[in-house]
Amino acid sequence: MGDVFDIAIIGSGPAGLSAAAHAAKIGLSHILLEKTDHLSDTIFKYQKGKHIMATPDQLVLRSDISFAAGSREQTLQIWDEELKFHGINVKYQADVVEITGEKGDFLIRFSNGSELHARNIILAIGTAGNPNKLRIPGGDLPFVQYQLDDPKEYFDEDIIIVGGGDAGIENAMGLSADPEQGNRVVLLQRGPDFARAKPANAAALTQAKEAGRLDFMVSTTPVKLEPGVMTVESPEGPVELPCDRVIARLGAAPPRKFVESCGIEFTGPDREAFPVLSESFETTKQGIYVIGALAGYPLIKHCMNQGYDAVEHINGNTTLKPADEPLLEKVFAGLPGKLDVSGWLAELKQRVSIFQDLSTLQLREFMLESRMHFKEKGKIVFERNDIGSSLFAVVAGRVDIEVDPNNKKIIVPLGDGEIFGEIGLISGRRRSATVRAGTPTILVEIPRRAALKLIATVPAVKRAIDRIATERQIKTIFGSDISDAWMKRLLESSEMMEVRAGEVLIEEGKPGTDIFIIRSGSVLVEKEVGGKQVFLSYVSAGNYVGEMSLFEGGERTATVKAAIKSEIIRLNGDDFDQFLRANPQIRDRVEETIDARREVNRFVEAQKGSFSSVVDLYSSVANFLLEQGLGEATDALLIDESLCIGCDNCELACAETHDGISRLDREAGKTYANIHVPTSCRHCEHPHCMADCPPNAIRRAPDGEVFINETCIGCGNCQRNCPYGVIQMEKMPPKRPGLLSWLFFGKGPGPGQPPKEWVEQNHGLDQQDMPKTAVKCDMCKGIKGGPACVRACPTGAAIRVSPESYLNVTQREGN
Amino acid sequence: MARPVGKAHRQDARHESFLRHAGFRYLKLAVMMSLAAILGYFMVDAEPRPNGGSLIGYTLGTIGALLILWLTFLGVRKRAITAGRWKLKGWTSAHVYLGLSLIVIATLHTGFQFGWNVHTLAYVLMMAVIISGLFGIFYYASVPQQMSRNRAESSEVDMLEELADIDRQLEEIAQPLPQPYVSWVQKAVTKTKITGGLFTRLSGRVGNCATAKALDKIRAAISEVEPPLDEQLENVASILARKNVMLERARLHAKYKTLLEFWLYFHVPLTFALLAALLAHIISVFFYW
Repeated sequence: MGDVFDIAIIGSGPAGLSAAAHAAKIGLSHILLEKTDHLSDTIFKYQKGKHIMATPDQLVLRSDISFAAGSREQTLQIWDEELKFHGINVKYQADVVEITGEKGDFLIRFSNGSELHARNIILAIGTAGNPNKLRIPGGDLPFVQYQLDDPKEYFDEDIIIVGGGDAGIENAMGLSADPEQGNRVVLLQRGPDFARAKPANAAALTQAKEAGRLDFMVSTTPVKLEPGVMTVESPEGPVELPCDRVIARLGAAPPRKFVESCGIEFTGPDREAFPVLSESFETTKQGIYVIGALAGYPLIKHCMNQGYDAVEHINGNTTLKPADEPLLEKVFAGLPGKLDVSGWLAELKQRVSIFQDLSTLQLREFMLESRMHFKEKGKIVFERNDIGSSLFAVVAGRVDIEVDPNNKKIIVPLGDGEIFGEIGLISGRRRSATVRAGTPTILVEIPRRAALKLIATVPAVKRAIDRIATERQIKTIFGSDISDAWMKRLLESSEMMEVRAGEVLIEEGKPGTDIFIIRSGSVLVEKEVGGKQVFLSYVSAGNYVGEMSLFEGGERTATVKAAIKSEIIRLNGDDFDQFLRANPQIRDRVEETIDARREVNRFVEAQKGSFSSVVDLYSSVANFLLEQGLGEATDALLIDESLCIGCDNCELACAETHDGISRLDREAGKTYANIHVPTSCRHCEHPHCMADCPPNAIRRAPDGEVFINETCIGCGNCQRNCPYGVIQMEKMPPKRPGLLSWLFFGKGPGPGQPPKEWVEQNHGLDQQDMPKTAVKCDMCKGIKGGPACVRACPTGAAIRVSPESYLNVTQREGN
Repeated sequence: MARPVGKAHRQDARHESFLRHAGFRYLKLAVMMSLAAILGYFMVDAEPRPNGGSLIGYTLGTIGALLILWLTFLGVRKRAITAGRWKLKGWTSAHVYLGLSLIVIATLHTGFQFGWNVHTLAYVLMMAVIISGLFGIFYYASVPQQMSRNRAESSEVDMLEELADIDRQLEEIAQPLPQPYVSWVQKAVTKTKITGGLFTRLSGRVGNCATAKALDKIRAAISEVEPPLDEQLENVASILARKNVMLERARLHAKYKTLLEFWLYFHVPLTFALLAALLAHIISVFFYW
């Protein structure tokens, strides 16, 4: 082993393979080291036939190895062929145990004792290389495995899967999918639920258990394994399970110890930390580069580009722009001040406080998803009541926030580096104020997903946003003329809390003066009348409760509880009381607004005897609507059954405006006191369907509609995640003859959703293998006149309501 | 306790029925049109006597004919779901009130001259259409509430499925029974009609229902048989009784649905007859002018 290679690449996954291919192409002496006897072990261990996606779509692939979305088999085959084509020098069964030396002369030692010299090292070992083992007596028996290649290979076996993460659940589902195989599958989960798995996977598992296809045991751990039997500890005590095969899916740990032993520093002590990297992926140990999943990039395209870039850098090309450069150029195009991409990135890091702690690599990634805006003086950024959940930061210039809708003169100016839009980001509600450019201004807009990721990655950002959001919310509610000193005092004694649905914030009759601002979610206000809880009002995010007791002698006059899971800001009552005393003009404002509330309280008290049934109905209808999920709805379809003639013209209109598939089922759903909640999308504040959409095809439109775009891959996650059953998986029906040819010549099935038989007869050959995609209500987005279901109702029974007006629904004037 | 801040006060879908649409806008319009027609009729002294051929007669006739055409167009409007700010509720409201105003407008157009001719035929057909429409208004206003209460959250498909489910149970439980009980239950399963023709539907019941008959016979038999057969029959009877209740609900559902629809089987064909008569009326008037 006298050779010294220019580059030794450790790990032959997408990142390492791409690096090796480029080294081969430009003629660097190189060696690709792979621990196993095949390429890309992580992908090799995917379940047979698994579809591999090529996201992010807009990112160009810069690699000498090709890659496109496709099955596991296709991908691996192509890579094997290209390995040969490029003449990559690969060494299998090469298990690296130690790296010593310095740039220019590293010494790599293998587990079999052999050695190898290299001038530079690229570490592309990923994080999945060393699975956690089953550490119980018998854990080393031959029928214990840590991967599942092809679930179709197993017949009539008792299979125990250990671990309720995504991998375990997917294996369990795969093994039990076909009842013909006759496998009896039991999944063991250590925790009480499946918190680590994707919600859709957990839901699918529960469904499979209900359907009797498999079984799972929670809060259960394996204890001992013998041929044919596994002993487990369950909440009910030890249980013996028949067992022909064990598949352990216990996750994998990034080999931090090994990486650190090479002299590489990490960003922090916690488990999620990654190695500290320069812009060219060089670690703190000069000459060693880290790319791919180990660098924090789990997506294949990123990995492959990084392999290319790292090799270019080693080859002396220090001016190479990353592959996302043209995309970032587009992001920064059209802005004043002729800066290039790195100039802008430096500017952003320096000026915008929430970006300060990000590495340049991280910032590049965020900027790919973000947008830059340039606004002339006086131009509107967004308006009060606009739908929007993105976060903004001022890069240069000034914006003015019009906090008082009645007086546009009252503004709060925000300068360089400050952020706004965070209330919309957190609450999912409409914008609470209009924002205009006060001078020519440059802004960066970070969409919700990216902003949430930013908050999750950088704790300082979370703290900053929480504080700013609280301050902003207090100003929006109590007026912007609060002095800085008072604001500081209120903020210092404030507390952020998360409450579960049904949790009581304020109890009637108890002392207490704390104020509760609803940051996200909503609460219910109830009063006890004649031994019953009577519904008084529904208070949504962006409002506050609890001020009344300040004026009523410190005793709570009503009960307040969370309608759905909510985030609440609690302000100290004593501080708030003193604040009001010191600011009589604000006190007057607050007192004014509670007069109306006092009126309602008095009214309810007065009704105790005489009209209790009316009050009862009012509150039970409100409770019914909230039970139907309208507490988290932003816009829901209701049907007044005292007017509905059952003509189903609403469904017809829906099908007519949406490719012949109706997205609502009028007859299904619950009814109470004439109010019927049909099976139709409620356009939730934080839509459950959006939670786990692989292609990110579910979006919120500027007017608040939640819709699915054409990138849907038909995986069905959203359908499983929707608690209201409003998403269907459908094939697009064939084109129908027009209305007039139906009316006059009887051609085609007529308006509305065509019957199944007609669809089957008229589907062309090309349409027969067309995949099913998810369809749901899009509130007739882009159709002039708004939702067709409501427009097409001949009697006025179909109405769309926002949460603020549910209760008006119960009070239709006469007939 | 709270002050709404930063809230969207979107234009809410006004929650009012088609009869009250937009504050009775079309009722007011219809009344105004009728009053104007009456006023015009009595102000103008038509020679030799009021009739369709006078100036006011032609005016009223033209308005009436155009109205009829427009009212017919509701059938297309309802099915052509085009974009735009239209609301079918508004159209229904206008259809009802402007349709009723035809009673005044067309009657004045006749000048109270009736005879055995195509002109009067058109008038009579029009009145028949309007009268059938009045039935429609009556049912639209009264039936939905009853229908909603009767179906109690189960859809039509649910009802049919539940009936099929009960039938499966019946077949299972009846299998070990001796004759003639098996054949009674068999009949209840195979011969029961959920509903029938128009009149059966409208009545909301089915005479000679196989399920009801089977239930009666089995109930009568329970006291006459020895244990353990009596207990078995008891079980059968309870399932049959459940089916009976479900059938009642399904039949009432069919009745309400029919009530909401059957008037249209007069209203629509009569409209087309009216259009034909109207065409004949107009052509003949101009031909013999």
